[in-house]
Amino acid sequence: MKEVSFYGSGFPYRPIKELGGKLIVLEGTDGVGRSTQTGLLRHWLEAEGYAVADTGLRRSPLTQPGLEAARQGHTLGPLTMSLFYATDFADRLENLIIPVLKAGFVVLSDRYFYSIIARDVVRGLDPQWARDSFGYALKPDIVLYLRAEVPTLISRIVHGRGFNYWESGMDIGIANNLYDGYCIYQSRLIEQLDKMAEEYGFITIDANRPVQAVNEDLKGRIRTILDQNS
Amino acid sequence: MKGVAVLRSGDYQGKLIVVEGIDGSGKSTQIDLLYKWLQSQGKSVYFSEWNSSALVKGTTKLGKSEKMFTPTTFSLLQATDFADRWENFMQPLLKAGVIVLADRFAFTAFARDVARGVDPTWVRNLYSFAVQPDLVFYFRVPLDVAVERILSGRPKLKYYEAGMDLGLSDNKVTSFRLFQQRIINEYDEMVNEFNFTVMNGTESVEKLQKIVRQHVKKTLQGWEGLPNPLAPVRRSHHRKPPVKNALEKVKEE
Repeated sequence: MKEVSFYGSGFPYRPIKELGGKLIVLEGTDGVGRSTQTGLLRHWLEAEGYAVADTGLRRSPLTQPGLEAARQGHTLGPLTMSLFYATDFADRLENLIIPVLKAGFVVLSDRYFYSIIARDVVRGLDPQWARDSFGYALKPDIVLYLRAEVPTLISRIVHGRGFNYWESGMDIGIANNLYDGYCIYQSRLIEQLDKMAEEYGFITIDANRPVQAVNEDLKGRIRTILDQNS
Repeated sequence: MKGVAVLRSGDYQGKLIVVEGIDGSGKSTQIDLLYKWLQSQGKSVYFSEWNSSALVKGTTKLGKSEKMFTPTTFSLLQATDFADRWENFMQPLLKAGVIVLADRFAFTAFARDVARGVDPTWVRNLYSFAVQPDLVFYFRVPLDVAVERILSGRPKLKYYEAGMDLGLSDNKVTSFRLFQQRIINEYDEMVNEFNFTVMNGTESVEKLQKIVRQHVKKTLQGWEGLPNPLAPVRRSHHRKPPVKNALEKVKEE
């Protein structure tokens, strides 16, 4: 059991004294291989005998239908988008992450709120406002930041799910085509995540390497966390 | 003062006028009359109501019917609703020189969400993108009066409206009373923080409206807003029905 620590005031109406489990966050831009790695890590952890839960952006049962619908339209402003994602995040934190940590699970979170801040700032919102709005966020045990250069991201996207409107920053008119938009938007996100790496103490992992090499690196980092007071 | 007064001044061409108060305080009646009066004066005026964003509606409905909200998610979703109305209507219209009337504003969140237990500074920061209104009418009524008005006007209290999620009491009416009293306490603490114009909500509708109009007149004195090309010509009995314009569309939804 470890002491519980939040970035701000947490949940004053429901104090949490202690949590078992481990909260492991994988951060990184679109196309960096987070979901592939999350899948591999889950198998590995379960084979090692840990109970694992995973979660990721937009998976809250409360906001999922509404947020998906909002992404189909064209009226989602930056503030609205930020707060809608924050609702999704808070719901998963309070109703999934914290309860399963209490039960001693290892939680693999495919992104946390850092990605939301990065997108907010790229969209012109106040960086301090964005940070303060996540005062209820629990501090993870480890944040692994998968960092790859834009050319690496592009080859993965092209051979993966393809370009899309939001991942190319088309909503903020960053370019007039998906390719240029992707390059500009993703490099701005990397810039913001790099800043946060220092601020929040991420462990930066070179994700330009092949999947297996990255995975071995991640496992090594996670092992040190799991070995602590267990 | 519990938090930090964070609402910046707007410097917009338009004017922002807000009504606040607990359920049953009579604020909606007053802002509706104000809206009609300003329209009849030929002003460019827009009305926005709390929790009315079409984008967020489905999610709010789902959360309420399935009782999925925590104080934090409730607060965040209402802020999302507000942000949507702010980005798409209130802010651009204020910039354009329109009089924006809001039935409830950020102060509702500051009162209700804090009554639900969220951190006062956190929720004030959440709404810090909004501006301090030109006028905030706070309709203050004793708890008994508001409860009487609410209970006589509707079949039964709803779960979140009654603050049942707080576990204050198993009885809906008791819970409602306790919850509303907490909200009143929060409002009362904000009177100076956000420069509320306090209205005695037990006065008659006509008397209150007279006072409201006096304050609004003073605020609008010497001010030139956005001209209204569809302003009604006074004393014309054969007027065509007014054309629906962008300002009225949402009001009708």
